[in-house]
Amino acid sequence: MNFAVPNIAPAVPEIFILVMACAILILDLFLNDSNRHVGYFLTLATLVGAAVVTVRSFHHTAVYTFNHMFVADMLSDVLNLAIYGLTFFVLVYSRRYLRERGMFRGEYFVLALFGVVGMMIMTSAAHFLTLYLGLELLSLSQYALVAFQRDSSRATEAAMKYFVLGALASGMLLYGMSMLYGVTGSLDIGLVRQKIEAISSGNVVLIFGLVFIVVGLAFKLGAVPFHMWIPDVYEGAPTAVTLYVGTMPKLAAFAMIIRLLVGGLQGLSANWQEMFLIMAVLSMALGNVAAIAQTNIKRMLAYSTISHMGFFLLGIVSAGPAGYGAAMFYMLVYTTMSLGGFGMVILLSRAGFEAERLDDFKGLNQRSPWHAFIMLLLMFSMAGVPPTAGFFAKLLVFQAIVNAGYVWLAAVGVLLSVVGAFYYLRVVKLMYFDAPVDSSPIKVDADLQLMMGINGLAMIAVTPWVGALVNLCSQAIRSIS
Amino acid sequence: MYSAHALSLAIWLPILGGVAVLFTGGDTNAHWARRLSLLIALAAFAATVPLYTGFDQHTAAMQFVENYSWIPAFNIDYHIGIDGISLPLILLTSFTTVIVVIAGWVVIQTRVSQYMAAFLIMEGLMIGVFASMDAILFYVFWEAMLIPMFVIIGIWGGPNRVYATVKFFLYTLLGSVVMLVALLFLYFKGGNSFDIQSFYTLKLSMSEQILIFFAFLLAFAVKVPMWPVHTWLPDAHVEAPTGGSVVLAAIMLKMGAYGFLRFSLPILPDASHELAWLMITLSLVAIVYISLVALVQEDMKKLIAYSSIAHMGFVTLGFFIFNAQGMEGGLIEMVSHGFVSGALFLCVGVLYDRMHSRQIRDYGGVANRMPVFATFMMLFVMANVGLPGTSGFVGEFLVILGSFQVNGWYAFAAATILVTGAAYTLWLYKRVIFGNVVNDRVAALHDVGVREFSFLALLAVAVLAMGLWPSPFLDVMHVSVNHLLVQAATSKL
Repeated sequence: MNFAVPNIAPAVPEIFILVMACAILILDLFLNDSNRHVGYFLTLATLVGAAVVTVRSFHHTAVYTFNHMFVADMLSDVLNLAIYGLTFFVLVYSRRYLRERGMFRGEYFVLALFGVVGMMIMTSAAHFLTLYLGLELLSLSQYALVAFQRDSSRATEAAMKYFVLGALASGMLLYGMSMLYGVTGSLDIGLVRQKIEAISSGNVVLIFGLVFIVVGLAFKLGAVPFHMWIPDVYEGAPTAVTLYVGTMPKLAAFAMIIRLLVGGLQGLSANWQEMFLIMAVLSMALGNVAAIAQTNIKRMLAYSTISHMGFFLLGIVSAGPAGYGAAMFYMLVYTTMSLGGFGMVILLSRAGFEAERLDDFKGLNQRSPWHAFIMLLLMFSMAGVPPTAGFFAKLLVFQAIVNAGYVWLAAVGVLLSVVGAFYYLRVVKLMYFDAPVDSSPIKVDADLQLMMGINGLAMIAVTPWVGALVNLCSQAIRSIS
Repeated sequence: MYSAHALSLAIWLPILGGVAVLFTGGDTNAHWARRLSLLIALAAFAATVPLYTGFDQHTAAMQFVENYSWIPAFNIDYHIGIDGISLPLILLTSFTTVIVVIAGWVVIQTRVSQYMAAFLIMEGLMIGVFASMDAILFYVFWEAMLIPMFVIIGIWGGPNRVYATVKFFLYTLLGSVVMLVALLFLYFKGGNSFDIQSFYTLKLSMSEQILIFFAFLLAFAVKVPMWPVHTWLPDAHVEAPTGGSVVLAAIMLKMGAYGFLRFSLPILPDASHELAWLMITLSLVAIVYISLVALVQEDMKKLIAYSSIAHMGFVTLGFFIFNAQGMEGGLIEMVSHGFVSGALFLCVGVLYDRMHSRQIRDYGGVANRMPVFATFMMLFVMANVGLPGTSGFVGEFLVILGSFQVNGWYAFAAATILVTGAAYTLWLYKRVIFGNVVNDRVAALHDVGVREFSFLALLAVAVLAMGLWPSPFLDVMHVSVNHLLVQAATSKL
């Protein structure tokens, strides 16, 4: 028997956050309502601490541990850093919102941190089971978060839908993995890859397994036709939770795609490429068209998410390192935009009032030019208008797809992005050209104000450094192969 | 010696200046916003002057070149430079912005800092379009420019402004995105480079050229605008504030035409020749048919908007007859039309500020109350008609001359504008300015003040200078135009 102690160094950030999450959970028992903020600040400190650890132990080459089940490489480090940063923003954005709705409790922070650990495990998975473990840790935290507002029937309904469909998708994924295990006899992603390359193409069980895996992935991403949960969950969940659900988990889903499909099933790329191609076109079309009809901004942003997943998938469809790098950049930009979009909904909400109708944005420029400008940047970025980050994200995926020989797909994509521009413009129109319906002053705390400013300006300030970011993404992608 | 960053300065000074103007805050500081904007606009104009004085007229090579790597992973560079084709347009842009700032001085009373900032930022972006040597950089400037214009029409526009501005934005966006796909295609065709000049030497088959030509055509034709994708322009012009109309007519329309010169002709010479019949037909339709449409307009701004479409038809006609007269005529017409249409929109603005009406029937006998104004407007109207001695004459004459060499009928159709153009412009002038004072509101009009006099006088000088002594403009573009003609005549099959 070999009882060698595994090298835990690559997993220190995960362990650190897990320990802190447990500590906060226990600490919270001894806190009363007047000093709940201790848990809040500890959570923020945990994220900063984890970021410091990750930066200090940055992995330029892959390090495997836990019997080759866990890997720390550049991809996982970069994504983890993005996840810490986004979570930090999410918590700061949510602080007042949670407090005003009686949700400012230790459990919220603990669930958020558990979710972060889940995502980190997903970004570092080198084994099907690790991946599944991370995914479930994230998903269960998210189900609970959506249902956090116990008395809200809307939130409970959303949580129920999310749970049932999510569990189904997890089941699909697991079933697909079991088929792959049946064919290859291994759950180790690296070994599966070698086995598949040795097997001649056209193995039916393999293709079957792949289909189930792709379904599971598409559900987590929210690509059409597995998108049904997105609008309901985004709308029903408390906005602070929507903010959480709509941002970081997308990065984790990206990691899952890269680890599973690119890392493990590259040999079947011709097959999954086709499936994603169809889903990409459907997502871009349905997301953009359905968003036009929405009057609720959370629902509109939900459909916008679906369309963005379509654009993101273009990068995956092109099936090459440049395409994956472009997809990664797209996801990073998208999560930042989504963070800002939902953050603005939170910013305009106040006790007893949810600013979730589009009409609540009317005349924002007269009420607060600064916030209107931030939202304008976010909207133009989502629409993909230069010189915002959203444009470069779209440009790079289109470039990848043209490179892969799909000029027609790029043409479809750009035309659908014009359709999308319409509803983003409508938000700008409401803010700038219409008279306000709600003239109550906007009270914003300094921390939210500052973070929101950074978030919005990042959309345009990043322009000169797009090159460096793209480089980082392509290096991260290269680090896995 | 001139600074190595003269061109970057011309682009970024107004953009950063515009951002600075935003920081003057609300309308309580409006007077500071105005003064600062004028200062920045003048400085930005001054920054473009060295581009002219330091320009070498004897070479077609790009000058004032700056090249920095921007997104190395995809070979996208910050690569700028100018030649004799872009230089006059850059000067036109910085000149027009000064005029627009002065013109908005009193008229704009709400959100002044945002208004001024939008125009200054737009100036920098437009200069960027004319200076870009990298296709993606070009596209970034080209699209980014839509944002300030969208806001300008939407906030300070007329009653139907939201419809007009959304139409404007979506129309132009739709045109441009297809161009983006074409640029990406060229990137992979041409060995992974977005350098526009590297596209020039790229071998392309006829079918590829034709597809790309149509992709470009959609983008540029919407911007010019050419018949039948011109319908956004009258709406946008009518609803835009005066300054917005001036920039739209004087500069934005020129970008489409510039695109033909920078992209379509040299990259796709064979397709350009193959499809010249189409371009000439569309141009002639614009000249003949749109002139007739202009004749029946009752709204002054709409009339000038249609007149712009007709004149831009002249420009595109000049480009696609492939000779030096035509091309130089088209270029001169672009600059001249920039001055003239800008001036005419300002004239309408002067009247509108007093009467709050653009309907021709509300006016009559204005000359009795505003003699100085009437004199200026007379000059601009004559320039629009193409009277010898004004800038309008040089361009139109050269284009007609050039088209005669190709086909007498082209020249005949094009020359009808001399009749219809005179008809609609002079008839407009007659109805508005001459006759008896028609109502009490006209009777209460007062003549132009110092501010209005100053910008009208500046434009009048420009119009006359270009008409009487065009060689400073022609000399600058001469070598570049000949170089372009050679490129357009070299088959790439």
